[in-house]
Amino acid sequence: MVTIHIDGTSYQVDEQQNLLEAILSLGLDLPYFCWHPAMGSVGACRQCAIKIYKDENDTQGKITMACMEPAKEGTYLSLNDAEAKEMRSHVIQWLMTNHPHDCPICDEGGECHLQDMTVMAGHAYRRHRYNKRTYRNQYLGPFINHEMNRCIQCYRCVRYYRDYAGGDDLDAFAAHNHVYFGRHEDGVLQNEFSGNLVEVCPTGVFTDKTLKSHYTRKWDLTTAPSICHHCSMGCNIIAGERYGSLRRIYARYNGKVNGYFICDRGRFGYEFVNSDKRIQQPMLRKERNADPEPTDKQTILRHIAERIQNNDRVIGIGSPIASLESNFALQQLVGENRFYGGISNSEDRLVKTVINILRQGPARTPSLKEIENADAILVLGEDLTNTAPMMALSLRQAVRNIQKKIAQKLNIPYWQDAAVREAAQEEYSPCYIATPAGTKLDEVARKSMRLAPVDIARLGFAVAHRISNDAPGVDNLSKELASLAAEIGESLKGAEHPLIVTGTSCRNENLLHASANIAAALKNAGAQPSISFTMHDANSMGLAMMNAGTLAQAKHEVQEGNADTVIILENDLYKRIDEDAATEFLDQCQHLIVLDYLHNKTTSKAEAVLPVSAFSETFGTLVNQEGRAQRFFEVHIPAEPVQAGWQWLKDLSTAAGKNAMSDWQNFHDFTRHLSNAMPQFKDIEAISPPPGYRVADQRIPRQSHRYSGRTAMHAHHNVHEKKTPQDKDSAFAFSMEGYRGQPPPSMIPLFWSPGWNSAQSINKYQIEVGGGLHGGDPGKRLIEPQEKADSPYFKNIPEPFEPGENRWLTLPGYHIFGSESLSMHTPGVAERAPGPYLSINDHDAAQLNIKDGADATYVVADRPYTLAVKINASLPRGVVELPAGLPGLPTAILPAWGKFSEASE
Amino acid sequence: MNPIVQNLLIVFGVLFGALTMAAGLIWIERRMLGLWQDRYGPNRVGPFGIFQVIADMIKIFFKEDWIPPFADRTIFTVAPAIVVATVLLGFAIVPVAPNVFVVDFNIGILFFLATSSIGVYSLVLGGWSSNNKYSLLGALRGTAQMISYEVFMGLSLMGVVMMTGSFSLHSIVEAQQGMWFVVPQIVGFVIFIIAALAETHRLPFDIPEAESELIAGYHSEYSGMKFGMFFVGEYLGITLISALTVTLFLGGWLGPSFLPPFAWFSLKTLVVILFIVLLRAALPRPRYDQLLSYGWKVLLPLSLLNILVTGAVILATG
Amino acid sequence: MLSIIRSIYLVFLRMFRPRFTVQYPEEKIKLPARWRGRIVLTRDPDGGERCVGCYLCAVACPVDCIALQATEDEHGRRYPEFFRINFSRCIFCGLCEEACPTYAIQLTPDFEMSEYDRQNMVYEKEELLINGEGKYKGYNFYNVSGLKTGEKDKGEADNENPPIDVRDLMP
Repeated sequence: MVTIHIDGTSYQVDEQQNLLEAILSLGLDLPYFCWHPAMGSVGACRQCAIKIYKDENDTQGKITMACMEPAKEGTYLSLNDAEAKEMRSHVIQWLMTNHPHDCPICDEGGECHLQDMTVMAGHAYRRHRYNKRTYRNQYLGPFINHEMNRCIQCYRCVRYYRDYAGGDDLDAFAAHNHVYFGRHEDGVLQNEFSGNLVEVCPTGVFTDKTLKSHYTRKWDLTTAPSICHHCSMGCNIIAGERYGSLRRIYARYNGKVNGYFICDRGRFGYEFVNSDKRIQQPMLRKERNADPEPTDKQTILRHIAERIQNNDRVIGIGSPIASLESNFALQQLVGENRFYGGISNSEDRLVKTVINILRQGPARTPSLKEIENADAILVLGEDLTNTAPMMALSLRQAVRNIQKKIAQKLNIPYWQDAAVREAAQEEYSPCYIATPAGTKLDEVARKSMRLAPVDIARLGFAVAHRISNDAPGVDNLSKELASLAAEIGESLKGAEHPLIVTGTSCRNENLLHASANIAAALKNAGAQPSISFTMHDANSMGLAMMNAGTLAQAKHEVQEGNADTVIILENDLYKRIDEDAATEFLDQCQHLIVLDYLHNKTTSKAEAVLPVSAFSETFGTLVNQEGRAQRFFEVHIPAEPVQAGWQWLKDLSTAAGKNAMSDWQNFHDFTRHLSNAMPQFKDIEAISPPPGYRVADQRIPRQSHRYSGRTAMHAHHNVHEKKTPQDKDSAFAFSMEGYRGQPPPSMIPLFWSPGWNSAQSINKYQIEVGGGLHGGDPGKRLIEPQEKADSPYFKNIPEPFEPGENRWLTLPGYHIFGSESLSMHTPGVAERAPGPYLSINDHDAAQLNIKDGADATYVVADRPYTLAVKINASLPRGVVELPAGLPGLPTAILPAWGKFSEASE
Repeated sequence: MNPIVQNLLIVFGVLFGALTMAAGLIWIERRMLGLWQDRYGPNRVGPFGIFQVIADMIKIFFKEDWIPPFADRTIFTVAPAIVVATVLLGFAIVPVAPNVFVVDFNIGILFFLATSSIGVYSLVLGGWSSNNKYSLLGALRGTAQMISYEVFMGLSLMGVVMMTGSFSLHSIVEAQQGMWFVVPQIVGFVIFIIAALAETHRLPFDIPEAESELIAGYHSEYSGMKFGMFFVGEYLGITLISALTVTLFLGGWLGPSFLPPFAWFSLKTLVVILFIVLLRAALPRPRYDQLLSYGWKVLLPLSLLNILVTGAVILATG
Repeated sequence: MLSIIRSIYLVFLRMFRPRFTVQYPEEKIKLPARWRGRIVLTRDPDGGERCVGCYLCAVACPVDCIALQATEDEHGRRYPEFFRINFSRCIFCGLCEEACPTYAIQLTPDFEMSEYDRQNMVYEKEELLINGEGKYKGYNFYNVSGLKTGEKDKGEADNENPPIDVRDLMP
C-alpha cells in the first residue's frame, strides 16, 4: 500500500494499480472510456485527465491521464482542479461533435456510459455547428446490432474482441476521422463472446438484437440475480423481465466465477422462457390412448394424488438441469430409495468418478478466476470453447501469464496493456491441448494434438508417469507421444500453478483417471496442481452429489414390476438415453407424470403433465462444475397455474395425504431441509439471506427506482390495480419499494449507482476495481479435497485406439450453438447452430471416396442417418464426429461404433 | 290561551327558529363568502341555491356513520350531542320579544355563561375519544382557548350588568330604552364579540380544528351525522352569540314601531351574523400562542379596566 | 388593530365587484393553447407517427400512468406497438410532454373527459393518436437523428455528411 494525496486528502492505495483504478477503487468519480478493468489501459480517449503535482508545494501541476500513471508513494493530484475539469469537458465535447441525436431510439439509452460521462464531465451544450460524420452499418449476425454513427473511437471493442476474447473478425479500419469498427464485410461475428461487446462498448454501437425485438429500457426491467442454465460453468447473470416476458440477460459480476463477461449462449439463449412451446396448463390424458386435454390445477392434483396415494410403487426421476430443491422435493415425495437421477449409466459413472477424484484430492478444483492464474495448462479431450465457453475465455487470459513476467522484467506495469502486448508479442504460457478434433483454443496452445479419446488418456497417463515415477507407465507408447509427454510433464512440473482440464464430453472415464494421475503425480512432485472438470448440464454436479440411482436402474424397477407410476422432473429422457430405449421405458410405465416447462417427446408420452416455471420464474440452487453452489432467484411470477417444480411436488405430496413437506412454507424451507438432510449440502442454506432478511427494515427491490407504467401496464385488463404480489420465498420485493443501497452480494438485482447507469457501475460494488464484491463473492464451494493428498493412482491404462475395417468410432462434436437444447428456442441461436453433418478425416474420406458436402449414409446403433459430409483434416483417422444435441441425431448413445452404408457410395 | 300550550309553542318556536337559522346559515354563509370573495357560492340547487342545504343534509344522512375501531365508542357518540344540547339550552334565556321568551331567569347571563362552558366538554371528549393525536391536540387547544376566553366574556358583560343592576336579560333589554349599551359599553361590546367568537371557536379563532395544521382537529375522525352535529352546533353557536349580542348591546327587540319587536330582534341578529361571516372572509387565523397571550395580556386587563371605569362612572353619577 | 378593521372594510367592499366565476357549462372559457389537458400523440409533417417509443414520458410520469412497448418497422423506424395512458391516474402535470424528445406527446386544451366508468379512462394508441402536428409545427425527429429509416438513408438527415467511404485514403 502507498499513500497518495487527492485534493488535499490522503488515501492508502494499492501500488499495483494505476491512478484511475486507485481513484475508482476509493469510490471517487472520474470519467473514462478506453480503460476497462479487465483489459487495462491504453490512454486512447484522454478522458481521465487529472492534474498531478511534483510535491505538496507545487501549485502549477501538469495535466496527465490518470489511467497511464502508476500509483506511487507520495503522489499529489487533483481531480477538481479547474484546468483538469476543463480538459475533461473539452474532450467529451470533441467526442460528441459527431455523436448522433439518437438517444431516444438508441438501445443503450439509460444505461449508456457515454451519457453518464457526458453528464459527469459537464458538457451540456453543443457548440459545434458543422455537419456530423455518418457511416454505413454492417450486418453482424442475429445477436449484435451495429450502429456505427454512435462510435466515439475508444477502441474498447477491438481490444476486447481481439485481445481479450481472441476473435479475429472485428477490426478497426480506415484512418484519422474515418476510423471504422466492424468486420471486413457484412457477416456474422464468429467469436463466442461477441455479446459482451454490448456491455464493453461505452455507447450504442453494438447493442443486443434479441433485446431490440422486444425493447425495454434498463429502468423498466424487473430484475433479479440468476444463474445461467446453459452449461455447467454456473455463470452469474441478471435476468430482466417486462410485461410478463423475459427481455434480456446481462452478466452479473462475480469476481470468483465469470467476472465481467458471459458467453453468447448464456446471453442470448434465454428465449425458451418466452417460447410458444411452453406448457401453460396442466394436461391430463383420461384414457391411455386418448389425447391429453388441458385441465385445472385441482383436477390434476386430485388425479395424481389418487395415483400415488398409498402406492409404494412410485418412483421419481430427477434432472441435472433442475435445481437441487426440486430434485430434493421429488426425492421427499417418492422416498430416498425410489429417486433416480435421470441420466444415463455412462454419464452417471463419469460424474461420480469426477466427484470421487475431487473429494479425495489430489488437487483442488479452481474457480474460473483461479484458472486465469494458471501458468501451465493441459487440456485433455475437451473442446472448451464449445463445452465450457467461459473456461475457454479464462484459459485465454491464463496463457498470457508469461507476459506478466516479461512485463515485470522490463518494469512495465501489467495494466499498461499496449506496452505489455508490444513487449510480449505472441509469447504464451505453455498450454497443451489434446482433443479428437481441432479447437479454437489451438491458436494459443504451444502444442495441440489430435487423438482418439483413449489415446488422449494414454498420453495423460504417460505425462503422469513422466512427472512422478510412482505413477503407472504406459506400454507401447509411440515415440512421438512419449516425447510429447516428456515436454508436457516438464512444463507442468516447472509451473507455479499447473492446471489440468478435462471433462465428460468425450464420455471416456480413462481421461478422468489420467488427469487425476497427473494431478497426483504433480502433488507428489511438490507442485500445487489444480484440476478442473467440465460437465454436461447446469446441475450435473449437484445431482451427482445427491447419490441417486440411474435411469437404467429406474427402468429395471419398472420392468420388474416394482414401479408402476413414474414421476419425471424437467427431464426429456430422449436426450439422455437411446430413443428406442426411452420409448420402451416410457411405454412400460403405467402412469407417467411429467413436470416440465417445454413440450417435448417425453411430455407427449405422459398421462399427466404439470407446467413448471422456467429458471427466471422460480428459485433454486445449482452446483457448477467447480462444486460451487449458487442460487438463482425468481425474476417474475409466471401466469397461473405454472409454478415451481418443488412447489408442484409439495402440492402433490400434500394432496396425496403425505406430510413430509406439508409444513414447508417457502423456498427457504426446502433449502433448509435439504441442507439438514444431506450433509454434503450443509452450506447451501447460507448462500443467500433468508426471506426474513431486511436491510433497514426493507426488502431488496426487484425494480429500479424509476420503474415506469405501474398504473397503466395492466389497465387495459382492469383499471383497478392489483395488489403487489408478496414474495414469501426471498427477501426481494416485487416492486420498486425497498432498500436502495448495496444489497448483500448474493442478492444484487442490478448494478446501478448514482451517476453510473451503465454496467460500469460495477466499480462501485467492488472492494477494488476488478476485485471481489463488497461482502464477498456469492456462492459456496461444497467440495474441498481431503487434507492428506495421498490418493492412489489409477492403474487401468487403456489399449491404444485401433481404427477398424469399415468401422468408425463415432464421437459427439460439440457446438456452443446447437448442442444445448434450451437455447435452441432462441431464433438467433438456432440460426447459428450447424445443420446435421458428419465430419471425417480427409484420408478416410478419400479412401471412402466421399466428397466434402456430399450426402453419406452412416449407420450407428443399427439406424441409418443420411448426413452431409464435412471433411475435417484435424480428426484422427478412424474417427467420425456427429454434432451433439441436434434433434434427430443420436447423441445419447455416443461414443459408439458406426459404419458407412453401401448406399452412400 | 292555555299558558302551558303557549309556553310549549314558544319553546318549539324558539327551537325551530334556532335550528332553521342554523341550517339556513350554511347557505347564507357560503353565499356571503362567495360575495366577498368575488364568486357565486352555491347557486345550482333551487333558486339561488337555497336548497343546497337540503342536498347537503341528504348527503350527510347517507354518509357512512363510521366509528374508528380504536375510538372509545360511548364517549365518541355522546360528544357531538353535548355541543348541540348546551347551545340549545342557551337559547332558553334569550328574549325574542317582550313576551316571547322561554324563561326569564334573574340570573340569565350566568346561565348562559354556564351552558357555554359545558360546551367545552364536547370538544374535549370528542378529541380524546377519537384516540388520534391530531384530535387530542385540537381538544387541548380548544380547552385552553375556551377556558381562557370564558373569563373575559364574563367580565366584559359585567359593565352591562352593573348598568342594568340585574342579570336578567329581560331587564337588560328594558334598560336599553334610552340608549343601547353598545355606546357606553363599547369596550365591553368589542371584548364580548371577540371572546364569543373564541368561545364558539369560530373563524378566525378556529384553532382547535385548524385544517391546515391539525387536519380538522378534534373532529378529524367524525363522519356522517356525528360530524353534522358538530357542524350544527357551530352554527347554532353563532346564532346564539349573535342573539345575545343583540340582546345585551344592541337593544334586543327595541326599535321604531313600524316593525314588530320580533322583527327588530331578527333583523339585528341577522346583521350580527353577517358581520361574523364577514370576519371569516376577511381575517386570517392567529397563531395559537398569540391568541392566548392576546387574551390574557390585552383583553383581561382591558375588561377589568372597563369594569373599573363603568363602576366609577356609576358611582360618580349616582 | 386598524389594519384588521381596514381588512374587514376592504373585504366588505368586494361585495360591489364583478365576480370571476365562469358559469360553466352554460358559459365556456377560451383556454390558452398551452393548457395542460387531454394528452394526444401527434404526427410529424410527413404524416408519420412522431412517437419513437423511447419510454422517456413513461419514466417521467410521476404517477406511472403511461405504458408502452417500442417496436420497429421493417426499415428500422421505431414506433410504439401499443401506447396506453390511464387517465384515471393522470394528474396532467405535463412532465411527459417536457420529457418527449420528439414533440410526439402533447397536452391539449381539452379537459372534458369525465366518464361514469373508470375503465373508459384507459386510452390506447388509437384514441390518443391525432392526424396533426399539434402545437409544434414542422419538427421531424428522424430528420435530425442519424438512423437510417424507410424515408431517408444514412447521411441524408439535416446537418449530416454523406457516409464515409472506409476505403478512402484522402485526409
